[in-house]
Amino acid sequence: MELIIAKHYYWIVIILVLIGLYAMMTSTNLVKKVIGLNIFQTAVFLLLIVISTKEGGTLPILIPYEYLHLFPDPVPYVNPLPHVMILTAIVVGVSITAVALALVIRINIAYGTIDEDEIARIEQDS
Amino acid sequence: MISVPVSLVVVVPMCASLLIAVLGLTKYRCHWHISIVATFVSFIASLALLYNTLQIGRISYWLGGWEPPWGIEYVIDYYSGFVLVAITLVSLLTTVYAATYVKREVGESRDLSFAILNMLMVTGLHGIIVTGDLFNLYIFLEITSIAAYSLIGAGKKKGALVASFNYLILGTIGAIFVLIGVAYLYMITGTLNMADLRAILPVHYDSKVVFAAFAFITVGLAIKFALFPLHTWLLSAHSLAPAVVCSVLAASILKVTAYALIRVMFTVFEAGFTLEVIPATEILLVMSIIAIIVGGILTAAQTNLKRMLACSSLGQMGYIVLGVAIADQMAMTGSILHLLNHSLMKGGLFLIAGAIIHKVRIYDIADMKGVGRKMPLTMAAFTIIGLSMVGVPLTVGFVSKWHIAVGALKAGMWYIIPVIVASSLLTAFYFGRVIRNAYFASEGSDQGSSSKAHDHAHNQHGDRNSESRSEAPPGMVIPILIFAGLCIILGTAAFIPVSIAEKAAIMLLEGT
Repeated sequence: MELIIAKHYYWIVIILVLIGLYAMMTSTNLVKKVIGLNIFQTAVFLLLIVISTKEGGTLPILIPYEYLHLFPDPVPYVNPLPHVMILTAIVVGVSITAVALALVIRINIAYGTIDEDEIARIEQDS
Repeated sequence: MISVPVSLVVVVPMCASLLIAVLGLTKYRCHWHISIVATFVSFIASLALLYNTLQIGRISYWLGGWEPPWGIEYVIDYYSGFVLVAITLVSLLTTVYAATYVKREVGESRDLSFAILNMLMVTGLHGIIVTGDLFNLYIFLEITSIAAYSLIGAGKKKGALVASFNYLILGTIGAIFVLIGVAYLYMITGTLNMADLRAILPVHYDSKVVFAAFAFITVGLAIKFALFPLHTWLLSAHSLAPAVVCSVLAASILKVTAYALIRVMFTVFEAGFTLEVIPATEILLVMSIIAIIVGGILTAAQTNLKRMLACSSLGQMGYIVLGVAIADQMAMTGSILHLLNHSLMKGGLFLIAGAIIHKVRIYDIADMKGVGRKMPLTMAAFTIIGLSMVGVPLTVGFVSKWHIAVGALKAGMWYIIPVIVASSLLTAFYFGRVIRNAYFASEGSDQGSSSKAHDHAHNQHGDRNSESRSEAPPGMVIPILIFAGLCIILGTAAFIPVSIAEKAAIMLLEGT
């Protein structure tokens, strides 16, 4: 129980990853698969954000001398690097979603459905 | 020592893709000229970089002048230099081929966007090889894949769309697994630079976080290069895409992800960790043997030419992993050589399949009768590369298989030899079937599997009325012939690639 409460942010990440994977594996609707993919990606992004935080952490900028007495010494900074990485990864994620949705639209035009089972049936018939 | 910045191989194709996109807005269109120049510049730059590396050793380029481990580092060593030359060469030849192919087969309207995406894909491929930063590796992996997903969707059959979608889902899961692994490594070390990670990690080698990171990165990359149980996306994606995309997919993308796996296994982690602390090589050994055998059997069952070629990548990727898993210096050399050799062979074969489809609209192996007479140059190239796939001496396929086999014997794994022999026989069977159909079966006979006597009776009849030659246009035949020629040249003058690959293997296994 202590493990769950003390590390609740990791558990949230784990649950989100599993929800995403489950949605991708079980749903036959292609759009739902894309949504699952997004949940999965976002969960991993959260993992990286979580590891960068620090209790009482402040912005990673050089603090002017006159305000320095407001902070403990040494100043607890939040690690900015994971944030930068995740900004890049979000861009990648959005591009993937865009390509995936474009493909779903093309699939819908070509097959008249976005259901995986029906597409498989149409493929088998042809 | 020639002064060439490492970033050239990444920046030139990237700028080319932007330039093409901007010029595309005007009426003035020269996208393929720009693409060919950009890939040619990358190729020349990679040759110069390899030359430099052989002179002075490891080259480190600091992107933006920021010193690693804070800045991003591009690294050329024996290993990346060698693979970079192979991949830039494939990029150059496939782009030359695409310049003629895309207009005729994919369509005039998609010509421009195809060129842009092709250049983006090339950017990512070259980036994966030169980068010395783990997160950068993930980004380049995704740049390559996103471009590849879109390009597969340009295939003619509507099945290509579904294949592309399935590849997208699995490929993204693989990439995210890599990202999770990178996140774990960052958690425990606070750095992303590969050289820095190598220095910091040994303290944490008993940590479960490091084990998990290693497992996630290995599985993620294995999904991307279709190691046996993770290969389901490969068959349709690699067979339904336009032929030139298949060629890049099989020759470059699979190779580059396998390259990245070897890089992570032996330069981020030390060889001692990968080989002794965890049983990664035992698992990979079993998986690669299964991949080689099952890949061979699956391939022999295919009737569609492109599908057969796609399927045979499965076994060939197994060879690359096998050489790594044996972990003997000789086998490792074979593995690195096979990265180059299989690029040349499979790249060439898919281009040939594209030329055959373009010229005579033949998709099935059984219909290939008389193609040998109609397209003598193309089929001659196919025969050479086919022999190379089997592993006949004096071709590149022999060199890498020989190294892996001898390495296996040195490591005392005699049971690898029958696997290699069996797979070679299977390869001989399925390539022999195509070659027999193309040259020796007459157009009159209805079945590819008809008896020899039956074929012979019809042969004379076929000889008489299939005089007309119709080769594909020179823009398509020349890259094919270069691929086939290199299979012979690098197989005969094998000491050149072997000497470099040997240095790379020593560097990876001994860490110097």
